[in-house]
Amino acid sequence: MNDFTDPTECLLRLHDEQFALEDYQGGVPRWCAGCGDNAILSAVQRLCRDENLRPEKTVFVSGIGCSSRFPHYMKTYGLHGIHGRALPLAEGIRMTRPDLDVFVNTGDGDCCSIGAAHWIHAIRYNMRMVVMLHDNRIYGLTKKQASPTSPIGLKSNTTPRGSWLDALNPLTVTLGVQNVSFVAQAVDWIPEQLYAILQAAYHHKGLAFVRILQRCTEWLPKLFDEAVRDPAHVQLLHHERGLSISPALAKIYPNRLEHDPRDINRAREIASETDPIPVGILYHNPDVPCYEDLRHHGLGQHTPERIRAGLEAEFDKFTIHPHTAAAAE
Amino acid sequence: MNEVVLTAESPARKAREPVVLSEHIIEVISDSGEGAQRCGQSLGAIAARSGNGVWTVEIIPAEIRPPARSVAGASGNRIRIGTHRITNGGGKTDLVVAFNEQVLLGRVHAGELKPGATILLEDMWRENRDPAIVEAYRRVHDQLIAAGYDVREIPMERECRKLVSDAKRGKNMFALGMICRIYSFSPEVAHDQIGRTFAKKGAKVIDQNVMLFDAGYAWAGENIDLHYMIPSSPAAGPQMVINGNQALALGVLASGMELCAMYPITPATSASHYLSDVFENVGGMVHQAEDEISAASFALGASYAGKCTVTITSGPGLSLKQEALGLAVMGEVPMVVIDVQRGGPSTGQPTKVEQGDMFSVMFGSHGDAPKVVMAPSTIEECFHSVITARRIAETFRMVVVILSDASLATSQQPVPRPEFDPAWVAAPLDLSPVGEGAKPYDWDAETGLSRRFIPGQPGGMFAMTGLAHDRASHVAYDPEINQTSLRARSLKLAALERTLRPPKVHGPEEGDLLVMGWGSTRGAIEEAVDGLIAEGHRVASVNLTFLQPMQPGLKEIMQRYRRVMTIEGNYSDDPADAIINADNRRYSHLAMLLRARTLVDVDCWSEVKGQPIKPDTIRSVMLERLKGDAS
Ligand SMILES: Cc1ncc(C[n+]2csc(CCOP(=O)(O)OP(=O)(O)O)c2C)c(N)n1
Ligand code: SF4
Ligand SMILES: [Mg+2]
Repeated sequence: MNDFTDPTECLLRLHDEQFALEDYQGGVPRWCAGCGDNAILSAVQRLCRDENLRPEKTVFVSGIGCSSRFPHYMKTYGLHGIHGRALPLAEGIRMTRPDLDVFVNTGDGDCCSIGAAHWIHAIRYNMRMVVMLHDNRIYGLTKKQASPTSPIGLKSNTTPRGSWLDALNPLTVTLGVQNVSFVAQAVDWIPEQLYAILQAAYHHKGLAFVRILQRCTEWLPKLFDEAVRDPAHVQLLHHERGLSISPALAKIYPNRLEHDPRDINRAREIASETDPIPVGILYHNPDVPCYEDLRHHGLGQHTPERIRAGLEAEFDKFTIHPHTAAAAE
Repeated sequence: MNEVVLTAESPARKAREPVVLSEHIIEVISDSGEGAQRCGQSLGAIAARSGNGVWTVEIIPAEIRPPARSVAGASGNRIRIGTHRITNGGGKTDLVVAFNEQVLLGRVHAGELKPGATILLEDMWRENRDPAIVEAYRRVHDQLIAAGYDVREIPMERECRKLVSDAKRGKNMFALGMICRIYSFSPEVAHDQIGRTFAKKGAKVIDQNVMLFDAGYAWAGENIDLHYMIPSSPAAGPQMVINGNQALALGVLASGMELCAMYPITPATSASHYLSDVFENVGGMVHQAEDEISAASFALGASYAGKCTVTITSGPGLSLKQEALGLAVMGEVPMVVIDVQRGGPSTGQPTKVEQGDMFSVMFGSHGDAPKVVMAPSTIEECFHSVITARRIAETFRMVVVILSDASLATSQQPVPRPEFDPAWVAAPLDLSPVGEGAKPYDWDAETGLSRRFIPGQPGGMFAMTGLAHDRASHVAYDPEINQTSLRARSLKLAALERTLRPPKVHGPEEGDLLVMGWGSTRGAIEEAVDGLIAEGHRVASVNLTFLQPMQPGLKEIMQRYRRVMTIEGNYSDDPADAIINADNRRYSHLAMLLRARTLVDVDCWSEVKGQPIKPDTIRSVMLERLKGDAS
């Protein structure tokens, strides 16, 4: 149906609000000064404004952690959930309310440790949402414990003599799951690409998984120092089907790689690189079906008449036919 | 009280006129996969259609494919048939049809058979090629006779083989034919029932099954000198034969909820199986999540975003859902949780009945997390409880837990067909704007109630959080806020309690002993009470549908009886145990709650044998308490 057949509707559209940044700014962030989460918040608020998302039609869902405070700082709807469960909470919202835009903010502990089962299954469900993994490679909120993505040997409060295990790579894990449809990596200190990646993620029809390397100035102030200071440690990905790189950015980052985001094998290779850090869209397949579309038959067309008809049909199945009636049949 | 006139005439005499019985309990058991279940279900349906009261209990082995001819492998049905409405599985079995002697032995060891019960036993094992089987069969057969059972060897296999090549498929219908003949059920009703049972399989299958039924019917007429008749008293309106899990699933449909998120677990799963089959017909869906944590979170997310949702589980799954339920309580998101209880703790007895989860649903999750807890006590109540739960959940912004159990889940009974009421169904989502200055937790000073904001409502934007929060859902830093918000969430239970009526007393309004119970034990308790009343005892019972909040007026009722006790299916200490005394005795759940709430010295008796508590057992317990009273 054409939305614009009704003239009053046209008029309404004409006067549709144009939202400003302030319309998305909720509580004053309480993150530490210099925390990478601030940069992510700014990029997201800009994205909401540029896409003119209606605040009442937008939901930010999170688990628990510093990064998971995110919904409180947005002036949209939000669900600040429980540790590790942001994804299933978001899936429930997405399933019953396809009219809402759903964003998920989750930490490396939240997503890759306590919520790891949900992470894998969320990739497989491929429900439309933007998932931002705020990967500071440490537990921030609980004061410096090793996370699954902590570099091997990292000294933390639970690994005072250095962590024992090699870091889990969220990109390769995600790229190994059936139905993966969008995987990107961003860093908080290149806001231009962070924004561009989030924008591409927003437009993806499916689950867009964006790992964002995020600085925790409080517990690991030096972890990303080298990469931040020396552009040679970053490799920008570009492609006509992916992102372009502005001349200004190109001037700073000589290390660039043309990569077709349709190529999953190459994506997996790039994902295993840790130095230089690949930044951009690693994988994008717009054709993977979304669970909510597969399951949505009739959902929302739930009228009392329909329920009654369905219920009576079920009652009929169980209704017993008394002896006399049976004999008459 | 249900002692049945087994020998009004000697069964040995080939009676023309059938012996009239007020009720009988019949079992059909086989190795799993041999069709005893279907035979039993069909018998239940035939009896119900004939206007008899019926209660069918599934006999389920713990393993999917237990070894053939094993004592623990009995699979089948236990059907209690009576003249009047039947509300529970009753006492011991009067007549059993067994496809082999080993499965029968399991039932004998479990003490399920009446002394002298009739046993119709497949005799093919007597001539088995394996001498060990022959030997086992003979031994058991002789033992049973020595124990006084009325054992009749039946050549079921041989008779069926005269008609079909593979007797495994169809022996159950031969057995059904025999039973219908013995109990004077009309073959026409049985034929019609067989037609309905096999409707999907086509005329050929129906005809073959009818043929086998007729053969069994005729064979019994010629060879079995038992002839009974259980008079019926036809019900007023149309009846449906369903089990408790089907009733719960139908309740979900009727409530207008649209989404059920679950993870498979016995004995809850069959409700989700059925729901998966039919929910989409009315615009709903079942989501099988990757685990229970996810199922509860998925349901919570969907509820937060719109209509109340439901999650269905059993004990271990409930444990995993607890943290999410805490978030729902904190965020005041309506949710319905169905817990079909099984034996615990841990994996416990997955297929067996127990009432052990009352405290874990009531006090589970951490901190003070008030939830509504309801316990349907009949199959009919299973249906209506879901509708009520959804309404309470949305009105009070609360989590409502429905406690069913393995017994209700698998028992079948004719229940009155409900009349659809549009008020059952949840209202459509209201996405109208939220007024200027309105807050998502604007707790009413008296009741704690507040309007829920739903994403999509302009002006209502807020971040729901599990952190302590103020009326605006801002993270609370003010020392008063936690006090205020816990008060509000607690008051909602009191507000609900104010809308409830005192429970009805079953029996005289005052007397010597009051028995209180909840959930599936109700039928057996009331039957025991009725029997004792008929014998002149001054006893009564009360069943509690609401466990949290409790219905008003309990103390006043309790004070009208000299003694009060609960009867429950959860563990409690036996005061007779050497080291148990008044200081360390653990009471059963309801007793503990009632003692705390009313300061009445409530006694209790409970049993956790994995079987529904029998009316006779309750009767003995009550008689003993009455005796204690006299001394
Ligand atoms: C069930 C549960 N276990 C543990 C915690 C404690 N906890 C809160 S946040 C957190 C880790 C946070 O780390 P991460 O997810 O990386 O987020 P960050 O703070 O680094 O952004 C932990 C262990 C909790 N809230 N809930
Ligand atoms: S502790 Fe680290 S992650 Fe948390 S707010 Fe501070 S800088 Fe950010
Ligand atoms: Mg972290």
